[in-house]
Amino acid sequence: MKYIDEFRDGALARNIAASIAGEVEAGLRYALMEFCGGHTHAISRYGIEDLLPAQVRMIHGPGCPVCVLPMGRIDAAIALAGRPEVTLCTYGDLLRVPGSKRQSLMKAKAAGADVRMVTSAADALGIAAAFPDRQVVFFAIGFETTTPPTAVVLKQAKARDLANFSVFCNHVLTPAAIGNILESPEVRQLGTVPLDGFIGPAHVSTVIGSRPYEYFAEEYQKPVVIAGFEPLDVLQAILMLVRQINQGRYDVENEFSRAVTRDGNRKAQALVAEVFELRPVFEWRGLGQVPYSGLAIKQAYAAWDAERRFAIAAASVPDHKGCDCGAILRGLKKPSDCKLFGNVCTPDNPIGSCMVSAEGACAAHWTYGRFRGAA
Amino acid sequence: MCLALPARVLELLADEQAMVELGGVTKQISVALVDDLAVGDYVIVHVGFALARLDPEEAAKTLALFAEMAAAS
Amino acid sequence: MKGPPLDFRNGMVDMSHGGGGRAMAQLVDELFIAAFDNDLLRQRNDQASFAVEAGRMVMTTDGYVISPLFFPGGDIGSLAVHGTINDVAMAGAVPLALSASFIIEEGLPLADLRRIVLSMAAASREAGVPVVTGDTKVVERGKGDGLFITTTGIGRVPPGITISGDLARPGDAILVSGSMGDHGVAVMSQRENLGFATDLKSDSAALHGLVAAMVAATPSIHCLRDPTRGGLASTLNELAHQSGVGMIIEETAIPLRAEVAGACELLGLDPLYVANEGKLIAILPEAEASRLLAVMRDHPLGREAAVIGRVVEDRHRFVQMQTAFGGRRIVDWLAGEQLPRIC
Repeated sequence: MKYIDEFRDGALARNIAASIAGEVEAGLRYALMEFCGGHTHAISRYGIEDLLPAQVRMIHGPGCPVCVLPMGRIDAAIALAGRPEVTLCTYGDLLRVPGSKRQSLMKAKAAGADVRMVTSAADALGIAAAFPDRQVVFFAIGFETTTPPTAVVLKQAKARDLANFSVFCNHVLTPAAIGNILESPEVRQLGTVPLDGFIGPAHVSTVIGSRPYEYFAEEYQKPVVIAGFEPLDVLQAILMLVRQINQGRYDVENEFSRAVTRDGNRKAQALVAEVFELRPVFEWRGLGQVPYSGLAIKQAYAAWDAERRFAIAAASVPDHKGCDCGAILRGLKKPSDCKLFGNVCTPDNPIGSCMVSAEGACAAHWTYGRFRGAA
Repeated sequence: MCLALPARVLELLADEQAMVELGGVTKQISVALVDDLAVGDYVIVHVGFALARLDPEEAAKTLALFAEMAAAS
Repeated sequence: MKGPPLDFRNGMVDMSHGGGGRAMAQLVDELFIAAFDNDLLRQRNDQASFAVEAGRMVMTTDGYVISPLFFPGGDIGSLAVHGTINDVAMAGAVPLALSASFIIEEGLPLADLRRIVLSMAAASREAGVPVVTGDTKVVERGKGDGLFITTTGIGRVPPGITISGDLARPGDAILVSGSMGDHGVAVMSQRENLGFATDLKSDSAALHGLVAAMVAATPSIHCLRDPTRGGLASTLNELAHQSGVGMIIEETAIPLRAEVAGACELLGLDPLYVANEGKLIAILPEAEASRLLAVMRDHPLGREAAVIGRVVEDRHRFVQMQTAFGGRRIVDWLAGEQLPRIC
C-alpha cells in the first residue's frame, strides 16, 4: 500500500534508532509525551520502545477521544438509546466503553435498545433518511479530525430539513488539552511529570495545521514535532526532538509534511466554525473540567442538537474507585501502576476507558506489550 | 487517535463524492472537505471523508530523509 | 393426492412448511430429497442406518448463522457443508456422512432456499460426503435471520493417527495452508454499513482431501485446526492454552492478500483475527516440517502453505509475533468481537 508500507520499513527503523542512540547526550533527559493515542498504538504495536535508548522515555498522553469521554456522557448516550423512539448511531469504538453500573451501549443493545454501528457520520444521516419514523441520534465523539465530517452532516441535515436526525455532540479540542497538561502543577511546579518535548498529532494537524502549537513551544519552551502515525514517522520525530533538546531549541517542526501544512485545512475549519461554538467548559476523564475544550452545536443548528431535543442534563459521574485512568491519561502513572490492570480490568472486562479503546494506553500495553513485564 | 489512511482517488462522483482505492479495496467517500481534487491524487481518509490531499513531493522528501539516515549510520 | 408443485420463482416459506403436514412433505420431497438425493435419504426414515468399519470415530456439530446468506465465493449452504467436514477432518479423520437441520424464518423466498439447498448439495457431492438425514422447522417472521443451518458430521480416524489440540510441544513447527482472512473480508464487503468493495472471494472449502494427503505423508502431525471465527490469532491462543506452551510466529511469513490488508487498514481491524473457512493450521515436529510443506503445496488447497512459526516453552502460554518492523509483540486472544474503529 503506497504511502503506508514505505513508512513501516524495519531496516530503516534500525538506522534511525542507531542515530537516536548515537545522538542522545549523557546527563540530558528526554521525557517525551506522545499526545495522540495513534502514536501510543504505533509505539506498542511495533515495539518501538525496544529500539530506544534508556534515556528516552515515552509518556502516553490523553489523545484518545474514547478514553477522555467522561462516564456521564456515556450514561447519557445509554439513556438516550433506551428511549423507545430513538435509534442511536455511533462509531464501533464506543460500543464497549463502560458507563456507570457496568452498563455499555453493547449491553443496552442486547437489552433491546436500537443501537447501530456506523463507520461514517454520513451513514447515520442515511439511516435517518431511510427511517423517517425513528428519532436517529448520532453519538459524535472525536478531536478536530472527526469534527468536520459531523459538521458536514449537520449542514446536510439542515439543508434537507431532516427533522428526525440529531447529533449528541462530544467533540473536543486538542490544544486545550495540551495546555491543561502543561499548566498542571505536576508539570509546572512539582515536576512529578517530566516533560521535555511533545510529539504532535498527525491527523488532527491535517485539519488545524501546525500553527496552534507555536504558542506552546514558545510559552512553555518545549519542542514539538508533528509526526505521522506510521512507525518510521514516530522514530524520526523522536530523533528530531532529541536534536532540539540537545541544541536547547523549542521549535515546532513538522515531520508529517506530506499531509500537514502550517494553516491546515481552512475549508474544514470554516465549516466547523459555522456549525459549532466553544463550550465554556467541558469535562474530560482524567483532566477534569477543562475551560474552552469542547464544542457545542450553534443556535442556528439547535433543531438538530440532541442535547436540546432530549434535554440531556450534564451529569458528572465519578470513575470506579480503583481505576487509575485519570492519572494514566495525565502521564502521572503507567498502566502497570494501576492495581486493577490485568487482573480486574482486561479488554474482555474493562473497568476504565483506557482498556477499551485500541489506542488506550492500558489496552495497548495489555494487548501488545505485557510479555515485557512477565518473568 | 484518528484512524486515517492514504487512498488514491479513482473517480470523482456527483454530490461531492469520490471513489478511492487502497490495496485493491474500493470505497466511496465524501470529498466535501477538500477542494480541487483530481483522479490519481492521494487523500487522507477518515470516517469516510477526505481530510487532506497528500503531497507526493513532501512524502518523497521525508523518505529521502530516512534514506539519508540510513546512509549516515 | 398431490397439489400444484412448489413455486420456486415467486413463492415463500410459510408456517405450513414446518407444520408436519402435506406442505412440509412436499417441501422435503421436491427440494431436500431431490437435491441431496441418496439411498439413505430416499428411505424416508427419521434416521439414517448404515454400517461402519471398526475404529475410532469422530463426531462434530456446528450451527451456521451468517449475514448475508449469500457472499462472494459461497453461501450459508456450502459453508454448512465445508465447515463441518473441516471439523471432522481436523482430527485427521475421513468424513463419512452429514446431517442437516434447517430453521427457516417464515417469509424466506423459496428461490433463496432452493439456491442454498442446491449449493449445499453440490458442496456435499463434490466433497463425497452425503447428507443422510435432516430436519426442517419454520419459525415466525422476526424470530430468525432468514435461515439457520446446523450440520453434524461423523468420520473415522485412520489407524495410527492421534491429532489433538493439546499435543503441541516445544520445538514443533507451525504451518498454515494459505492466506489468512479471505472469508471474513469477503463477507464484510457485502455488509452495507461497512461501505467498501473488493473482488475478494471467501476461501470456503472442504479440507479433508488436503488433510488425507497430509496425514498420509506425515502421520506425526500433532495438531490440526481450522482458524475460523477469531482467526489465526485466537486459534493459536487456543492451541497454546490447550497444550500449555508458548508460540512465536513471524509476521512476514504469514500469507496475506493485499485486499485483506487494505480492508483491515480501512476498518481498523487486525487480519490475524479475521475468519477463514478453507484454511488450516498444522503443528508437527520441526524435522518433518519441510516434507509436510511440500505435500501441502502440491495440493490445490495448500498452494500458498507456509511455515509461520514455532512452539516454545512458556508458562505464560503467550503467542508472540516477530513483527515485520523488527519488534516483538503479543498476539492476544480476541476481546469480544472485532469491531471496526475510527481511532
